[in-house]
Amino acid sequence: MVRVLYFAWLRERIGAAEESLDPPAEVATLGGLIEWLSARDERHAQALADRRLVRAAVNQDFADPDTPIRPGDEVAFFPPVTGG
Amino acid sequence: MARVLVQEADFSPGAVIDALGGGGDVGGIGLFVGVVRGRVGGRALEAMTLEHYPGMTERAIARIAAEAEARWSLLGCTVIHRIGRLSPGARIVLVAAAAAHREAALDATGFLIDWLKTRAPFWKREQFTDGDAEWVAARAEDEAAAAKWR
Repeated sequence: MVRVLYFAWLRERIGAAEESLDPPAEVATLGGLIEWLSARDERHAQALADRRLVRAAVNQDFADPDTPIRPGDEVAFFPPVTGG
Repeated sequence: MARVLVQEADFSPGAVIDALGGGGDVGGIGLFVGVVRGRVGGRALEAMTLEHYPGMTERAIARIAAEAEARWSLLGCTVIHRIGRLSPGARIVLVAAAAAHREAALDATGFLIDWLKTRAPFWKREQFTDGDAEWVAARAEDEAAAAKWR
């Protein structure tokens, strides 16, 4: 299982703050997870479509499409940060 | 070790300065406080709501603070960031750096706020008095400001 968190407008568009997912074994990277999420659900596909507006973290570290994903990982998707 | 706080409650900048002063080798304290604007793009703001990623946010700030402590040999460092609903005029964020001399204290303070703005997971949502609400978009100027410290 992979725990996936969503923040800010990504949470609103997907309609969930968090979900536990069981992607197939061939989903080995963050990029693969985005493709898998987008193929199985239209809301995810739309929310994640513009990669320039989406950032991600794996196990609470900023991640890129090549970052490996393993069972038990915590993945988060969110917009570019706007704190301070 | 820097002091890092992510909290709903307000904070006292004076108390932070008092805590960093010490009376030892500290010769100066740099401090920046960000506050909620009352107007954005000509529109009156009703409130700003700040969301964060519990766990990652604190880790990200601690890393930024550790970088500042190492680069400018800080003698003390405090970062406080508020979350939740804030009204115009409210304090949002404080960064403070204590050093032996002013140049290190001031540069570290600028670095802390510039990197915090682009590397710590917070998201602002603005609610206007006309009823509109919008997530704040990231600004290219903030990226440019952060890049000058690389």
